[in-house]
Amino acid sequence: MVPVYVIIGIVVVLAIVLWILYNGLVRLRNQVKNAWAQIDVQLKRRHDLIPNLVETVKGYMKFERETLEAVTKARNIAQQASSAGAGERAKAEGDLSSALSRLLAVVERYPDLKANQNFLALQEELTSTENKISFSRQFYNDSVLKYNNQTQMVPSNIAARMFGFKAGEFFEVTLAAEREAPKVSFTQ
Amino acid sequence: MCYWSSLAISWGLIIAILLWVILSLVGYFQGDSILLGMSRAKKIKPDDHPRLYNVVEEIKIASGLEKMPDIYIIDDPALNAFATGRDPNRASVAITSGLLQKLNRDELQGVIGHELAHIKNRDVLLMAMCSVLLGTIVILAWYGSRMALFGAMFGGRRSSSRGGGGGNIIILVVALAFMILAPIFAQLIYLAISRKREYLADASSALYTRYPEGLASALEKLASSTSQLKSANQATAPMYIINPFRKKGLKASDLTSTHPPISERIRILRAMAGASFYNYDQAYRQMHGGKGVIPATSLAAETVPIATARLEAEAGEPNELQRARETSDAMWRLSNYNTITCDCGAKLRVPPNFKEPQIKCPHCGRIHQI
Repeated sequence: MVPVYVIIGIVVVLAIVLWILYNGLVRLRNQVKNAWAQIDVQLKRRHDLIPNLVETVKGYMKFERETLEAVTKARNIAQQASSAGAGERAKAEGDLSSALSRLLAVVERYPDLKANQNFLALQEELTSTENKISFSRQFYNDSVLKYNNQTQMVPSNIAARMFGFKAGEFFEVTLAAEREAPKVSFTQ
Repeated sequence: MCYWSSLAISWGLIIAILLWVILSLVGYFQGDSILLGMSRAKKIKPDDHPRLYNVVEEIKIASGLEKMPDIYIIDDPALNAFATGRDPNRASVAITSGLLQKLNRDELQGVIGHELAHIKNRDVLLMAMCSVLLGTIVILAWYGSRMALFGAMFGGRRSSSRGGGGGNIIILVVALAFMILAPIFAQLIYLAISRKREYLADASSALYTRYPEGLASALEKLASSTSQLKSANQATAPMYIINPFRKKGLKASDLTSTHPPISERIRILRAMAGASFYNYDQAYRQMHGGKGVIPATSLAAETVPIATARLEAEAGEPNELQRARETSDAMWRLSNYNTITCDCGAKLRVPPNFKEPQIKCPHCGRIHQI
């Protein structure tokens, strides 16, 4: 009689442990999904801001047609890439980032533009959106790291394999592109 | 008769504990609105101060908070900031207008990171629980030692006639010492926990922003100011970024403060080799030796690289004068003043009860329609 109770007890304990591990994995996977959605929101916001910026800046910047065109072009490519895979997308957004920072660096040469209220508000929005993109990417990568650790470490890897939790993909290619952002010298 | 008096004491004990719990619960559930109301903080919308709103949203994303906290500005030249709210979904951050115009973007991120870390780590809840528990212990200790005291004094006379009074004097002394020391120790424990949470919030801020220097330089600016916040009080002190009651020239390890000394917090932040909790813990150990300051459960031996200063952000960064204008514009707007910028460069602040259809610029005499 006794062994039956023991076996039932062990099964119940195992089921509870599995239940807790499963819930933990689901929570982390949802966090990864949310973090990804947040990156998406911020990238879209940047795409929406750029036409406005180009419109405002156009009238002031007589000699920067190329810089402006490069931004518009990079923005269109990035927008098209938003349905592509993570790797291609990260590259397109990285190109957009460097084109933008080139434009914002050039602004220093136009004091009139820097006095324009409309432009200042746009610049604040853009700066902030850039920060939000990098912070959301940072949080996404942290979440992926935590989630991947859970899917690989004992004992939660057992539950992960049983219920088919796959490792997440990092979003980090843009970092390299951003590091290459050109340093513009103002000594003229 | 003895039965009645002991009954009265236990009723007194229950009422005392009940009152204490009720007070603490009121503080916990209404604390944020009381605190914000007392400091005359004004809630802002995104348009009122875009830079502040954006920075809070940036850090909210970095910390993974689910809901955007409410943002308040306190019109006070003192430099301080605090977070409040009993859970992460009902949280608020407040910052004084003085601090807001002193800090550049990186520093503001550091300060907001510290405040959002208090929210994320549920420090309001923790400190409320601490004060309930420690307060109850103090009441119990007081009650218990009073019982022992009475026992020793009145029971003593009977037994001393039989020649055994030495033990009672010892009980008397121990009970008296207990009565005096229990509240002091409870207070010290409370303060020690509060200081630990400050370290943790600093470490979290460095992790969110990946840039400990931002908070360090903000703390430096905070340290150099001497003006005290008018609306702070002892109970709310743990929630501020620096102790609102600090005096100049405090000793390095002060046991009676809610916050660690600012100079030490700056030194730890500057000694960090990376931006992770582990790096913060290492920097703390370098300074103090022995045990670290971060709870072991959140420690993984990993280094997170520190972000390099963002050059393009610095190019468009408003300077201190622009920040002061930005903040004062926000304060006027929050008081429902209408701002008209005249062509001569003067800014007219039109009060909300101004009924005329037009106003004359006192500087150049132009007429403006309202």
